[in-house]
This record gives sequence, structure tokens and C-alpha cells, in this order.
Amino acid sequence: MTALLEIRDLKAEVAGRQILNGLSLTVNKGEIHAIMGPNGAGKSTLSYVLAGKPGYEITGGEVLLNGEDLFAMAADERAAKGLFLAFQYPLEIPGVATLTFLRAALNAQRRKRGEEELSSPDLMKRVRELSKKLGIDPDMLRRPLNVGFSGGEKKRNETLQMALLEPLLCVLDETDSGLDIDALKVVANGVNQLRAPERGMIVITHYQRLLDYIVPDVVHVLAAGRIVETGGKDLALQLEATGYAQYQGEAA
Amino acid sequence: MAAVQETIEQVRRIDVEQYKYGFVTDVESDKAPKGLSEDIVRFISQKKNEPEWMLEWRLEAYRRWLTMREPDWARVNYPKIDYQDLYYYAAPKKKKELASLDEVDPEILKTYEKLGIPLREQELLAGVVRPEGERRIAVDAVFDSVSVATTFQKELKDAGVIFMPISEALREYPELVRKYLGSVVPASDNYFATLNSAVFSDGSFVYVPEGVRCPMELSTYFRINEKNTGQFERTLIIADKGAYVSYLEGCTAPQRDENQLHAAVVELVAMDDAEIKYSTVQNWYPGNAEGVGGIYNFVTKRGDCRGDNSKISWTQVETGSAITWKYPSCILRGDNSSGEFYSIAISNGHQQVDSGTKMIHLGKNTSSRIVSKGISAGRSQNTYRGLVSAHRKAKGARNFTACDSLLIGDQCGAHTVPYMEAKNPTAVFEHEATTSKISEDVLFYCVQRGLSQEEAVGLVVNGFVKDVLQQLPMEFAVEAQKLISISLEGSVG
Repeated sequence: MTALLEIRDLKAEVAGRQILNGLSLTVNKGEIHAIMGPNGAGKSTLSYVLAGKPGYEITGGEVLLNGEDLFAMAADERAAKGLFLAFQYPLEIPGVATLTFLRAALNAQRRKRGEEELSSPDLMKRVRELSKKLGIDPDMLRRPLNVGFSGGEKKRNETLQMALLEPLLCVLDETDSGLDIDALKVVANGVNQLRAPERGMIVITHYQRLLDYIVPDVVHVLAAGRIVETGGKDLALQLEATGYAQYQGEAA
Repeated sequence: MAAVQETIEQVRRIDVEQYKYGFVTDVESDKAPKGLSEDIVRFISQKKNEPEWMLEWRLEAYRRWLTMREPDWARVNYPKIDYQDLYYYAAPKKKKELASLDEVDPEILKTYEKLGIPLREQELLAGVVRPEGERRIAVDAVFDSVSVATTFQKELKDAGVIFMPISEALREYPELVRKYLGSVVPASDNYFATLNSAVFSDGSFVYVPEGVRCPMELSTYFRINEKNTGQFERTLIIADKGAYVSYLEGCTAPQRDENQLHAAVVELVAMDDAEIKYSTVQNWYPGNAEGVGGIYNFVTKRGDCRGDNSKISWTQVETGSAITWKYPSCILRGDNSSGEFYSIAISNGHQQVDSGTKMIHLGKNTSSRIVSKGISAGRSQNTYRGLVSAHRKAKGARNFTACDSLLIGDQCGAHTVPYMEAKNPTAVFEHEATTSKISEDVLFYCVQRGLSQEEAVGLVVNGFVKDVLQQLPMEFAVEAQKLISISLEGSVG
């Protein structure tokens, strides 16, 4: 069976500074992997490199998404192939209603996959269903994307997008940042609803707290651009007690 | 809006490299010789069977024009125009008098089809009858300089609305035309308007009588087709007391290497309690990637809120032309009258835009609102130039102005030149202005969701201009949205 995501010895730099130093990781369908690590370990870099953000240079290694060379695809193609990045800080687009954005994104992906575009009534119906499921106020759909949204609303909106686009691989970049505990529960609940046998997730987080709600199958520790330890969900609890100091020393 | 969707697809199918509407229709032209002289002015007037006073009016304008200097204060650069090297009149040759739309040259109809004119309007041109009660648009089609087809004449006539080529109106309603022509934009107004007054070929005339709400949107498609032909449209719209009319103007032009001069004049007159809404989507050929060719668009548009409680609203989407020099303005003469200007001006490649508005507050308690959205990409320069003034007797004048500029890339420029003059102490003018760059992070966010770089720019820009798009009638808004995306193709990456 092909792994959903295979990262082999990945090296990448930003502005001439090497951030990822031979990172390897395999995510199979249905699995949730948590990546934890101290500040500056390369967690966000990993998510941007996977998603194809301009300015990140790959200097070594390879990544396969469903057996296909990820770096051979442009960022929008990666999205159409099922890669979704839930942003740590979702961007605001003034004047573009959330629903308009959802339609543009979904139909862009469908066109790229050679599928027919979803008609407006069908889309409306789907979005309404999903909003209801995720506890999203339909009023949010009319508001310009993320403009004036609270931290919780922004993250819920990311979850809604994820639910609508039905990606194969979700990368959640510090989804817990900027959320109070109640908002965190709502978002985590949304993410949990999206767990599926065909879908894999990488949950990037600084704190163990999020993993109380999104329970991972595997936990990795990322330090100095490499995976330095891998374990079960208990590893996260252990880290909570010991901190990252041991790994930072090791990496240096 | 299935029809609109089909139109969009049609536009998409038109496959001409950069400029999507670049093609030439093969219709034999009836042309005046090159150059400008009193004889040419006489030739034009004669061609139109105009009354003697009209010829005199033109000649006076021509003589005046000879004494004037081409203005150079706008932030645009272009090679000197040789006015003797242009044709001033061209009409598609008619085989015979047109009795119905079926007799319109099929070549011309084909052109409209290529332009992606909404099917509904194509149907109108083809004479298809739609069920009663449906919202309709009457089209006065201007092909080059002469109107070749006017639809819905009868229904409009029943309502008492006059909507016809101005050349025809000069023959059928000479007194009406004489009363209003040049009353908003005098023949001596400015270099280009004066030139237009001398040589204007055709355009639309609209008169909505007292108390009548025009039963449909009036729409005109302009198209420059003849090589090196200056296009001098003249439009005159009058809404009498308590009348209402909405007028749509849209234009595209074929791809050319030579520069084409376009100097139109539009005059609007709104009497007591009347309202005129004038919407434009302008997409003249902007020149090629090196900045060669493209239309020079020197337009004088002005509305006169002549009566109390009258209202004039300009909405424009400007995407084309190599040079745009255009300031649709309102004279707020009547008490409690109001003027609006909503504008989207997009420049890409080597385009130069100098556009804005003038709101002249003369009456008491007049108000005006200006919302301008400028988008510059490529190596273009985009200037908003506006004047808001309150006369010393204009008690309680109010203005709100919002000028937003969006920059795409690092080789373009956005400029804002607002003038304000308040001679009455009770005037309240507000001005807001922003300039921003399209954010790489926002684009990446969109691309991560599956949009291509260009789709992402289109989406962000459409959001930026939303306040103005909303002012457009539905059919136009959808077309305009598409056009905005087309205009910005190749502006990133």
C-alpha cells in the first residue's frame, strides 16, 4: 500500500538559512500525526514547504503525495490533489464574501481535476449542511472572508473550508494559537468530524493541550529541522512535563 | 442568470492572444477624406442632412478649436497627435434603408457575437421576442459612427421616451436637441469637447418626458472599427421633471497598431426630481505588451442636476485604452440635488489613466459621493484627479470621497490628486484615501486553496472593487467582473 505522504530526507532553506535538515516522515491514510517542537524548530517551515509557499528553497530530499512527486506540482495543483493547509493566521480578503471564496476555491480545484463545477444552489446546500454540522453561524458566509473575524471564527472557517474541499492530507499549523479553551474545543470537534479512513492529518502544535482534543496516533518531536523522536500519544504528555530542552541540546 | 453564464463562456472562447477582442470586421466603409477643415465639417453635416443651424454650430466650434491648445496638465504621455492624419467620418455602407433588424449586415451581428454581448441583447438585435414582463434592455447599436440598429423603438415611444441616434433626433426633434445640446458641455468647453462639437458623427439621444420612468435600461455598444478613424460620439440624455432613466454604455475595439483617437462628449440633464443613472464599461484596445497602439480616450462627460431634488449617478469600469483622460462630473445646480461617482479604473501593461470627477456644488443642501478604486499593474500609471467645490451660495453642501488604490507588482504607479474648494462655511467635505499593495500572503492563501495565481488576483481585486461593482446593473456587473480578471491577466508571476 502506498503511503499517503512520504517525506524523505527533506532539506530546505529560507533566505539562505537552512531550516529543515533531513526530515523524514511517513503518514498513512487514516492516521493523525502530531508534530511538536520548540520555537524555531522548523514546524511552520515544514507546512509551508509542503504547501509550496514562494521563498522556500528545497535543497534536498523528496516528498511523495500518494506516490506522486509533490515538488513537481505547483502550489494550486497540490491543493487540487488534496493537500490542505490550515493556516496559523488565516488571511483576510476584504470585499470577498466567505461563500464566494468557498465557491471559487472548490470550483478551481474541480476544474483542475477535470470535474464539473458545482452549481451555486448545490454549493449553497452543501455549505449550509457543513456549517450546521460544524456549528457555524450562516451569517459568517455572507461576511468578507476573515475580515473582523475573531480568532475562533477564523479557525472555524478554516475547518469549514477543509470540510468542503475534502482534502486527503490536512496540515494544521498551530491551530490552537489564539484560541481560548472553549473555541479550541469547538475547532477540535470540527477537526475530529473530519477524521476519515481515507484522510491523513498532520497536526503541528507547540502545546500538548490541543492533543487532548485531537488525539493523535503518532507524535513526533521536531527539533533543529529534524524528527528527533517518535512515539505514541503518551509522548506528548511526557513532553509537557519535561519540555524541549533535552532535544535542543541534542540538536545543537 | 444562465444567459450571463453563456456570455461569460463566449467571452472565454474568444481566443486572441493578449487583447481578447482584437479582430476586424470586413464592412466596406463610406469615408470622408483624411484631415480636418471647414469642408470636412460641412461634409459631415451634409451626410447627416442636418439643419442649417447645426452646421453653423459645428463650424463655430471648429473655428474655436483652431484657436485652442491641447491640454497637457494630465499625468499622461503620448506622441503628438497629427489631427490632419485622421479620418473624421466613416459609416458602414448600407445596401438599402433598413426596415428591420433582419437586414442588419450579418458581419456586424457576427461582431457583436464575438464581443460576447449578452445573449439577451443579441436576441434583441436579432429581433427575438421575449415573454411579457421580463426585464428588457433596449440597444442602440453604434457601429463605428452610425447607429445601424435601434430596438424597442415602439415600446419606448408608447411610454413617450425618445431613444434614437442623435443624427436622427436632429431631424425629427430639432428643437429639443437644439434646446439642450451644448447646454452642459458648451462647444467651447475644452480642446477635445470642442473638437467633438465640430465633427461628432453620431451617438445616442434620450429624452424621458415628465413623470415617466423609462420602462427598460437603455444600452449602447460602441465599437471603433475603421482604421485611423477618430471616433467622436455625442450623447445627450434629458430626464424631464420626475423622470428616471438608466443608461448603459459598453465598448470594445479591435486590435490595431495605430493609435486611435476617441473624443466623446456625454451630456446629461436632470430636471426637478429627475434621476439619471449612467453606467459605463470601457474596454478599448489598450495597446500591446510593448505599449504600442491602443486607443487614446479623451472624454468629456458631465451631468447637470438642473432641477431641485434631482440626482445623477455615474458608474464606470475603465479597463482599456492606452490613454484615458476622463472626468465624469456633476453640476449640482438644483437645491437638494445629489451627484454620485463610482469608478473602477484598471491599468496594466503600459496604460496611462488620468481619471476622476468634478462635483460642483451650486444649489443649497446639495450632496455628492465619490468612490474611486484604482488598480495599477504592469508598468502602468493610474491617477485619480478630482475636484469638489462649493460655491459661496451652496449652503449645506456635503461631500464624501473615498479613493483607494491597489498596486500589483513594483513597476506601476498610483497617484491621487484631489482638489477641494469650499467657499461656503457650512460645507462639509470628507476625504479618505488608501494605497495598498496586493499581499503575497493573501495570494498564497488563495493558491493553497486551489486558485491559480491569476484567479487569486482576480478574486482579490474583485473584492477590492466590490462597492463599485454593486452599483452596476446586474448584467453589467457580471460582465465587468469577468472583464476585470481578463484585464489583469499576465500581471503577476
